[in-house]
Parts: sequence; structure tokens; C-alpha cells
Amino acid sequence: MKTIAAIEAFADRYDLAIVGAGPAGLAAASLAVAHGVDVVVLDENASPGGQIYRAVTSTPMTRREILGEDYWRGVELVQEFSGSASSYAPSTTVWNVARGLDGDSLGRDFEIGVSLRGKARLLRAKEVILATGAQERPFPIPGWTLPGVMTAGAAQIALKSSGLVPDGHLVLAGTGPLLYLVAAQLIEAGASIRALLDTTPRANWMSALTATPGFLASPYLAKGLALLRMVHRRLDVVGGITALRAEGQKRLNRVAFERAGRRTELDCDLLLLHQGIVPSINLSNAIGCAHDWDDVQLAFRPQVDAWFASTVQGVAIAGDSAGIAGGESAAARGRIAALGAAFRLERIGAGQRDRDAAPLRAELALLARGRRFLDVFHRPAKAFRVPSDDATLVCRCEEVSAKTIRETVMLGACGPNQMKAFTRCGMGPCQGRLCGLTVTEMITDARAVSPAEVGYYRLRPPVKPVTLAEIAALPQTADAEKAVAR
Amino acid sequence: MFRRLPEATGAPIPFTFDGREMVGRRGDTVAAALLAAGISVCRTMAVSGAPRGPYCMMGVCFDCLVTIDGAANRQGCLVLLVEGMRIKTQAGAPQAQAEEGAT
Repeated sequence: MKTIAAIEAFADRYDLAIVGAGPAGLAAASLAVAHGVDVVVLDENASPGGQIYRAVTSTPMTRREILGEDYWRGVELVQEFSGSASSYAPSTTVWNVARGLDGDSLGRDFEIGVSLRGKARLLRAKEVILATGAQERPFPIPGWTLPGVMTAGAAQIALKSSGLVPDGHLVLAGTGPLLYLVAAQLIEAGASIRALLDTTPRANWMSALTATPGFLASPYLAKGLALLRMVHRRLDVVGGITALRAEGQKRLNRVAFERAGRRTELDCDLLLLHQGIVPSINLSNAIGCAHDWDDVQLAFRPQVDAWFASTVQGVAIAGDSAGIAGGESAAARGRIAALGAAFRLERIGAGQRDRDAAPLRAELALLARGRRFLDVFHRPAKAFRVPSDDATLVCRCEEVSAKTIRETVMLGACGPNQMKAFTRCGMGPCQGRLCGLTVTEMITDARAVSPAEVGYYRLRPPVKPVTLAEIAALPQTADAEKAVAR
Repeated sequence: MFRRLPEATGAPIPFTFDGREMVGRRGDTVAAALLAAGISVCRTMAVSGAPRGPYCMMGVCFDCLVTIDGAANRQGCLVLLVEGMRIKTQAGAPQAQAEEGAT
């Protein structure tokens, strides 16, 4: 692995650019390089691993049992990648991926806008694999913007990368396997948790069991049950939560919840929210890849073929960014995407591609068993996806309330893009990452149409903020100069 | 709000936050170092002036925006802490300013 520490150290051109150094990106890079593909991995974080294997080779955590064996499995992926001939650019932001047009000097290459240590550059690549992973689903409740309210994933990142554990009165709330995993990890690390407020709708039990008898044969079952038992034994789990509210003036000091029609309050310094993860689609959306609404996972995911190739030729999407399937599946998906790219780059033939992919597909099929149970069981309640309280902020960046969103639908904003133009909702720095799904579902609810019909924000580059100074300092091509010359 | 586990023994990294001297550890991002130092508010909003602190810790939410060594709008959760960093609360919308050397 060749680490790129300065913007000047990039080559002008690569065969394959991979965005993201989580399991999908790392596995894809290691395999592609082995087939003679010239690869660069571009990653926002300072060390490889993505979120699931965050800081796995640099963490200060020495007691293995705190983070659990599933976490340490990431070491192997990182070591394989470190031993490969791939180029690796940590702390690097990708703010644009654009396809060249016929006739211009790019040819059919992609042009990739990156920033590293305050300097920008445009790289070229023949193929791109997006391995941008997932993010936690928005959890719009009253007071969720107060300092002292964070996501469960955020606390896990602080634990993995800096050995930090919450202190003081701590409450966890929501649903999903990660919520229970984080609870277990924090307990092992010595945190004292006042309560875990479980918002999983009671009815999910029945729908999950009837919809998915296959779960009994799933590898997730034993693991999940052990986790549930541990958490239930060691802390106060309050189920059947129907409403949540974070309260405080300048910062959080109380969480209020409703259960069976009764309201209860708990003093609280830190509230960790979580209700599942959803694909990170900002880059694939901005590139113009087609996306579908997933009615079980309640999120948009890109359309991909058997090689995880998107609808834009030359762009593949692997890992959870192609639909949530978990970290182990992400690595297998990354390898399949890499075989597809190596084939298109003419490094391997169709026979070898198909042969090598067969065991990976078998692995994916095994890992997929029981996944549907998790999706159906942890489907978050509508009350926590479509806020009914008027004052709840939907767009955190531009501070647009649920009331404004609803009123704007009544005024005739029929989709998220009109909503954005009317209200600035989704126009702040996070670019809809924490309001997009809520806005789609609120419009869906008000208009009684399908989320697929309502659609999502049409995102445009830069997908991450880049300064004007960085853009201005970019080297100009002859074409670009000609385009503005009088 | 957070405490550091005894095994987190990375080298100490001194920095300042709004002029106050603080110490983080090697491997900390700016946002993690602030949380470890007991700081829960690192910016105020451009629209309402409401206080915000780190929410997602993974580059998604932009609630950990701070000014670092004079550069505004830095995502604290993505920037590794470096010795001597001067970190400031980002108050409201940052003002445009000429960079050093600009005319």
C-alpha cells in the first residue's frame, strides 16, 4: 500500500478509483490490485476500516471483549489491503465524480474532485467503485438538535477511535441491532446506562416472524439473542415506547417518553439515538445513478446489477451504499464489484470473473438468510419517521420545522426539490443527509402517494463543501481555458 | 459527558479552545478531543443562533463545525487533532475574509 499524504503525490490517472475504505472498499481494492489494476482508495477518515472497523489498527482499546470479536475481524481486511500495491489517500474528501463527455479531452474517463489538507485536485479514472457505506437514519424528535443528544453510532466511534465512554446520566433510545450492540459495548467498557428506551413497535414481532421463517436458520439469530440477553440482564430496558422528547434550554437535561399512554421523565446528560442505518447515496445521486425506494428498509438504494454496476456505465456501488446488508456482506460485494471492474478493464476474462465470483455469491446468499427478519423486526415506527409535533426540526442545518414542511406541502410543493426551493430545507451543509428521508416520507404521508413517486433531492456537486480558494487554485486544462476565452 | 478509559494512553496533544488550554490524545479528532475535555457546544447556528455540538461523529451532520487556526467551517469530527491547534467556537455564519497574502 502506498499512502498519499499530500495532494501533489496523486498520479494524474488511475484505472480504478474507490471511494471509501470500509470493508467494501478495502476488499475491492485488494482484489483489483491482485489482478493488475492500478487502484487508488480515497477515504475521508484518517485510518482504514470505515465505520464498522473504525480505527481497527490504531484504536487505543486493548481489552478485546469490549468491542467484540466481530470488530477485530476487520484487522485481516486492513492487513490484506496494507500489503497490497494499492494507493491509499486517507483524510481525503471526494466532492465530485463526473463522467467525461464524448469529444472533450477526458474521453470516457471520470473526473474526480478531491481535497486533501486544504488543497484540491482533479484526478482521472477509467472506473469508479463507490463504497460510501451507510449512515444512521434521521431520528427527528423534539429536541434532537440539543447539545447532549448524539447518535449511538457517534458514541461507538468515540469509543473505538479515542477510548471515550459516556459519563453521567446516559440514556439510549430507538431500535435496531446497532443500538443493542452499542449498549453492550458501553456496558462492557464500564459506562452506566440509566435506561434503554426501545421504540420497536410491538406489532413488528408478529410481522417479522410470519414474514421470515428463514430466520431460524440464520447466523444472526444466535448472535442477536446473546446480545439481547446480555443487555436485558445488565440494564433497564423499557419497551413499547411511543413518543420521545429531548428537553433542556441550552443543552439536554431531561428525556421524556410515553409508554402505554403514560408520560415519564428521566434526568439525562447524554441521549444516544438510533433507529437503523440507511445507504449513503449522496454521491451516487449526484452522479446520476438511478435509485429505487426499498419498502422494507424504508430508504432509497441505487439500482445495481449482478456485478454491483450502477445505471451509469463505469460506476459500481458496493457495500451498504448499495442497500443495507452488513459488514461481512460488504466485503463480498466489494470483491464482486472488483471482479466486474477488472473484467471491464480487460485484466480478466469472463470465465475467470464468473468462476471467482461463484464462492462470493454463495457467501452472500448465506449472509442474506435472516436479514429480512432484522429489516422487518427493526422497522422504525412511523411516529419516529414522520414527526407529528409541529416544532420538531426536520432540517437541522437550515432549522426548518415539521410545521413548515407540512404547510409547504399544502401550498403545492409536491416533491423534495420544490420543498428545498420554498424553504431551504436540505440546502445546508449536510445536503439533506439528515432530512432527506424525513422530507420524502412527510410529503408521501401528506399527499397519500408512494415514496417512489415523491422521490428524493436531486443532489448536485460538490457533494461535500469545498472552498472557493481550492476551486480557484485548481490547475486549468486547455479546454477549460478555451471555454471561457473571448 | 465523556471520560477516557485508562487504556487510552496516547501521547498528550495540547491545543486551545476559545483561548482555553486543553489536552487531547494522539489519534483524537478535534471533535473527540472537545468531548473528552467536557465541551458539548462548539458552534451556534446561522439561522437561530441556537447552540450545537457534535451529533454523528462521522462527517454527516456538520454540527461539529468549528474554526481551526483561522479557517472556518472545518468538520471537527474529520480533522485529526494536531499539537498547538487554535480551535474556536463557530458563531453563526462565518464572515468572508481575505486569506493571508491575498490582495
